[in-house]
Amino acid sequence: MKILVCITHVPDTTSKISFTDNNTKFDKTGVQYIIGPYDDYALARAVELKESLGGSITVLNVGEAETEPTLRKALAIGADDAVRINAFPTDALFVAKQIAHVAKDGSYDLILMGRESIDFNGGQVHSMVGELMGLPSVSPVMVLDIDGNTAKIQREIEGGKEHMELELPFVAGCQEPIAEWKIPNMRGIMSARSKPMNVMDPVSDETGTSVEVYEMPPEKGAVKLIDPDNLDELVDLLKNEAKVL
Amino acid sequence: MAALVFVEIEEGEVKKSSLEAVSYAAAVQEGPTAIVFGAINDGEMDKIGAAGAAKVLHVTDDQLAAPNIMAYASAIAEAMSKEGSDLLVLAKSSLGDPVSARVAIKTGASLATNVVDLPDTSDGFKVKCSIYTGKAFAITALSGEKKILGLKKNAISVKEDAGSPAVEEFAPAHVEADFKVKVTERAKATGEILLPEAELVVSGGRGLKGPENWGMIEELAKTIGAATGCSKPVSDMDWRPHHEHVGQTGIKVSPSLYIAVGISGAIQHLAGVNSSKYILVINKDEEAPFFKAADYGVVGDAFEVVPKLTEAIKKAQ
Ligand SMILES: Cc1cc2nc3c(=O)[nH]c(=O)nc-3n(C[C@H](O)[C@H](O)[C@H](O)COP(=O)(O)OP(=O)(O)OC[C@H]3O[C@@H](n4cnc5c(N)ncnc54)[C@H](O)[C@@H]3O)c2cc1C
Ligand SMILES: Nc1ncnc2c1ncn2[C@@H]1O[C@H](COP(=O)(O)O)[C@@H](O)[C@H]1O
Repeated sequence: MKILVCITHVPDTTSKISFTDNNTKFDKTGVQYIIGPYDDYALARAVELKESLGGSITVLNVGEAETEPTLRKALAIGADDAVRINAFPTDALFVAKQIAHVAKDGSYDLILMGRESIDFNGGQVHSMVGELMGLPSVSPVMVLDIDGNTAKIQREIEGGKEHMELELPFVAGCQEPIAEWKIPNMRGIMSARSKPMNVMDPVSDETGTSVEVYEMPPEKGAVKLIDPDNLDELVDLLKNEAKVL
Repeated sequence: MAALVFVEIEEGEVKKSSLEAVSYAAAVQEGPTAIVFGAINDGEMDKIGAAGAAKVLHVTDDQLAAPNIMAYASAIAEAMSKEGSDLLVLAKSSLGDPVSARVAIKTGASLATNVVDLPDTSDGFKVKCSIYTGKAFAITALSGEKKILGLKKNAISVKEDAGSPAVEEFAPAHVEADFKVKVTERAKATGEILLPEAELVVSGGRGLKGPENWGMIEELAKTIGAATGCSKPVSDMDWRPHHEHVGQTGIKVSPSLYIAVGISGAIQHLAGVNSSKYILVINKDEEAPFFKAADYGVVGDAFEVVPKLTEAIKKAQ
């Protein structure tokens, strides 16, 4: 089983988001970077599948040199080799083209991603890669079991789930509870240092969108506290001030 | 611009978020065309028309009655070419997201998602998109001649005053390869208000102590016609189903009112609710971080406050 896992390098979920250069650049000051939480689920499931079925895991990131520690962490968790496409990940189309190119050459049985990146929250890259490669793509996947050449999947939909079956290869966007996040152990961290990190140039510079400027949401005013013994006042506010009831 | 709107049907009814998409498209270009798949209840076509669609392409092919991401994407790309559409508008959803990404590749269109406002066409074509899980916005320019916009829910109000649409049967070509994924079962809570679509949400957290205490949450939700949600630990412990889990790693909601009961307001939870218009927090700890993100707050014991609030609402109804 040859698995490709695509990971993002994103600000930790507790990061304060702010921008510099007249709101045209993300402010990295003091920000901790992590493997995208959904990508971490994909990687964890890949490690489990490799443990039970054998094979290898390649992790891939489209990003500049600063993302290498994040790729190394994925190697420490259990990937065998890493590929970094040396380019700023401008938009989903740009990223999808790079991933599809690597994936085509590698003849992977399974391409695992996260359900969405937590910076741009697009949830697009897996479907774009699927379409570029003529493969099915399924997201968000909560259960992924492999039996021979067939996969049994549960995908979350609004208010429930879909059970599905399909043949390998395909692309899946993962989310919990597909697997438990894995924390790298000492042996993993040591061996990650000598695992291959292949840096490649982008194959295409095509993009569909570009960000002109960032904006912050308006500040919230102070909370109006209502006495628990005066809930009629709260109902009145909800009805006549907020007009939501 | 000629706009096409992908309209989703749920148990014969048009989804509200799809009517938002029709209204959005109609605001960009008068009289857009809509495309719908499968059986649809009487009167629903008129809702699509009322939201502004001049024409509806209705796909009645049995094989396309149930959602099929790849086949819907092929059909929509075909409809865009037949109609000469250079704009596709749809609501973000578990169906809309993958369909839009596939259509973008098929048609060479630029795709922007999490769109929260009408486009600015004064210089090119720009839309405002929610990013960093609602913590910021990006003014995003779309460069392609064709454009696809995935709308965040409840960002646009539904128009209800336009006329009846012309309904046309549309029989898209069959692509065998689009039927590789077999859906063996669709387990879906029926009759409930769906959380991602909801106008009002009542959510409970670990402060409620156990699943047996959800009765009062459900009672409050029923009284105001709200969907129920929960924090991550609550679904992790199986107190509530996973599809109710709200936050960074769960469902992102954007209701007009979000009521949080016994939830501390961790940043990862707030990320899923920060697009709500109003937030009401009920928590016994006045230092709970959620109060900083709230519009209204009650410092008190949920077990006393929630039943009393439900009563007060009933009295005022
Ligand atoms: C990567 C990552 C992603 C995450 N994603 C999510 C996510 O998507 N969604 C999410 O919710 N969390 C998420 N979390 C977890 C998050 O950090 C918090 O742990 C979680 O939101 C806490 O849930 P809670 O507020 O229900 O519980 P607690 O933090 O335990 O809070 C319980 C609250 O109830 C109050 N309370 C207790 N008793 C009463 C009473 N009788 N009446 C009224 N109030 C009472 C307490 O004062 C307290 O504020 C994530 C964490 C990580 C690291
Ligand atoms: N720059 C990137 N490098 C590698 N994989 C990526 C990148 N961006 C997105 N992905 C993958 O695509 C998934 C969906 O991303 P998105 O469409 O941006 O929400 C992510 O969870 C990753 O698995």
